[in-house]
Amino acid sequence: MEIIYLLIPVAIILVAFATWAFFYSVNSGQFDDLESPAHRILYDDDEDMIPEDARVKKESDAPSTEITKD
Amino acid sequence: MSNQKDSCFHCATPIPKGVNVELSVDGKQESFCCPACRAVTQTILGSGLEKYYQHRGNQQQERPTEIESQEQLALYDNESIQSPFVRHIDADRKEATFVIEGIHCAACVWLLERHLTEQSGVTSFTVNLTNHRARLVWRSEEKPLSELMAAIISIGYTPHPFTPNQEEKLYEQEQKKAMRRLGIAGVGMMQVMMMSSALYLGDAFFMEEHIQNFIRWTSFIVATPVVFYAARPFFIAAQRDLRTKHLSMDVPVSIAIGGAYAASVWATFTQSGEVYYDSVSMFTFFLLIGRFFEMKARHRTGMAGNELANILPASATRVTDSAEQLVPVSELKPGDRVLVKPGHSIPADGILFTQHTSIDESALTGEPLPVSKQLGDQLVGGTINMEQAIEMEITSSAEQSRMSSILNLLDRAQADKPKVAKIADKVASYFVAAVLLTATVVSLIWWQISPSDAFWVTLSVLVVTCPCALSLATPTALTAAIGSLRKMGLLVTRGHVLESLAQCSAVYFDKTGTLTTGKLTLRETTPLCKQSTEQLNQLAAAIESRSEHPIASAFSPYFTYSVEDATNYVGEGVEGSINGQTYRIGKPEFVARLYGHQPPIHPEGTGIYLLMGNNSGPLAWFAIDDQLRPEAIEAVKQIQALGLPVGMLTGDREANAQRIASELGIDHVESQLSPEDKLTRVKAMQNDGERILMIGDGINDIPVLSGAQTSIAMNGATDLAKTSSDAVLVSADLRRIPGSLSMARKTQNIIRQNISWALLYNLIALPLAASGYIAPWMAAIGMSLSSLIVVGNALRLTKQL
Repeated sequence: MEIIYLLIPVAIILVAFATWAFFYSVNSGQFDDLESPAHRILYDDDEDMIPEDARVKKESDAPSTEITKD
Repeated sequence: MSNQKDSCFHCATPIPKGVNVELSVDGKQESFCCPACRAVTQTILGSGLEKYYQHRGNQQQERPTEIESQEQLALYDNESIQSPFVRHIDADRKEATFVIEGIHCAACVWLLERHLTEQSGVTSFTVNLTNHRARLVWRSEEKPLSELMAAIISIGYTPHPFTPNQEEKLYEQEQKKAMRRLGIAGVGMMQVMMMSSALYLGDAFFMEEHIQNFIRWTSFIVATPVVFYAARPFFIAAQRDLRTKHLSMDVPVSIAIGGAYAASVWATFTQSGEVYYDSVSMFTFFLLIGRFFEMKARHRTGMAGNELANILPASATRVTDSAEQLVPVSELKPGDRVLVKPGHSIPADGILFTQHTSIDESALTGEPLPVSKQLGDQLVGGTINMEQAIEMEITSSAEQSRMSSILNLLDRAQADKPKVAKIADKVASYFVAAVLLTATVVSLIWWQISPSDAFWVTLSVLVVTCPCALSLATPTALTAAIGSLRKMGLLVTRGHVLESLAQCSAVYFDKTGTLTTGKLTLRETTPLCKQSTEQLNQLAAAIESRSEHPIASAFSPYFTYSVEDATNYVGEGVEGSINGQTYRIGKPEFVARLYGHQPPIHPEGTGIYLLMGNNSGPLAWFAIDDQLRPEAIEAVKQIQALGLPVGMLTGDREANAQRIASELGIDHVESQLSPEDKLTRVKAMQNDGERILMIGDGINDIPVLSGAQTSIAMNGATDLAKTSSDAVLVSADLRRIPGSLSMARKTQNIIRQNISWALLYNLIALPLAASGYIAPWMAAIGMSLSSLIVVGNALRLTKQL
């Protein structure tokens, strides 16, 4: 069980690193808008990236996304 | 998507009869309500952004507003005007911040970002959905700012230059701080929980002593920042409350966190007793989450910025002896002469220099009908010139204008707002006093009996009475209720709303825009000839079709054909000819002059009466009025059924107010009140011990909304009115108000139940702990169970819709 003398400090260092990264992202404004990025992923504007032969017909390629007002 | 043939493809408003504006979209012919909507759709399709119409779901797009003239926008290319909201990033790139009007969903954000980044010269353009703020980085050499603003306008949104004020900067800092605290508490909680489970299991499986100690030390390292950084706001608030000799909920929370942490540290250092690092971090995290959501809701409405500034126009046409010149409003000085075109707002307070015009003062008084002004009359900055181009002399600068003075009134009203006594705080102050007293007594007694156990027994008293359940009792119930209210369509923005709604003793409404729709409509047609009502309405609509006057809009639903030529007679009416026949519509005397007799007898009633006639005689009377909201009667009845009197405070004329009041069954009416009067009335009633709920919408309601104990702004209200009110009625359905009132009362009951339970639990646990019968693990289970019961009880509120 002596291995935890190594593992737990490693875990704490990782946590410290994660906290630093979190602070950095909050301070640089990445958490200012908590709503729109969640919706952005739902938009299928990647049509040009789909290979020609894999493209589907118009009806099915755009599931209507239910977006509620904030 | 609501693109049936009877509603506009772009903005989904019903298409008026006879309007035939079409465009082929994706192979299908779609109809529009106006050419502006079609232009917007054309731009959107032209940029290959047709996906917008799929993304936006069922959201209605606002009808595009009148496009500001290029000339006016070009003012924004001026360095001195740009300086407040534009900054230089490097030699050729600049950054501008806007508040964009007309955003309601993520699809709008998508559309704006795509459209703008496709413009040449734009480096980046990001829109924040929460606060509707946009950040534009562009190369100013390549493209003037005005053209980029025009690009935003062309897809149906309005950009307002945004200058953050001090308060908004504070909001941003507060939010970032709260986010960091939440992060620390969350990460810390997870780590400590993991190590604690090892300790729990270790007890059962005989973990070696040195490993247990090691885990305790590491838990201590992780929990320390949680207590000293994340939980800091609780300690600071508790310290402040103690200094003002007022025991609030923050005091027991701090005692719980501080006490349990201190006990654990003691246990860690002396290697004796139990550690509670997990409870400490978890408790902190849950309380912080509650505070975080409360803060988000509070900021949400304030975010859109100080929109009143937008009512004052950014530019004005100054007239000098030699020339006309477009200048920024901030440069206007008393004594300047300015030219105001119809449909534009008056730049600052001043005196009318033209013979006659009519002014829409609805922003100031709530009165929907334009007020007629003669040479020499006072004009108020921010109101809108309706009829013809006028010349006026400025008497005070834009900052000192009347609109700005309403803002000052707002500050005063907010300071005077009566405080709501929170039950939890009241109970807490007794509770804390009792706990502290008991703990002291217990430690003194144990000191006598057995000094070595005294510290541990005292601590277990503090931990077992850890006011988790008590401090969770109110926030959980409030969070659940606020969530339910939001689903119902009432957005709560201040923490005290639910308690003050439950205690409210009288409900007061504003009239225009709140009880009524705020739009002029044709109420009644009284034929004076053989033609049917419908024919007459269509005829009137045809004659009015060329008119810009707000009265003309009342006829637009009946529009089927257009007049051949029409002339406006300022302040009198409109004349037009159809099939060679001349018609007039307007003031009775004006119409009577056409056929040369006395006008017919004016019908009894309120609102505006217009006469229509031709060469041979009068044809019909039209009664034009502001219509009641369809659900208003039911809403008033439901509020009265809850035992609350309903009143109305309005700036409108006596007769109109009385008619609306009798239709609704409102007992208490006061009319012709200025914004100041409304505030004074409400304050007087509050001084008499009444607890007023005020519901309003306009700029004229802002002081009273911030002065009333509780206030609700309608969704159509100006942003400033929303910011100064405690809640916003998003669904625009007045019946939600009685619904919210009963929800608030239910919440109050749940809070009482929760507090009673928490107190009962403590009453049982305290003597047991004081006499040394409770082992730490029992205390932990008791603590969690009582908290769970409280949370479960609060969750009942989410089901009662």
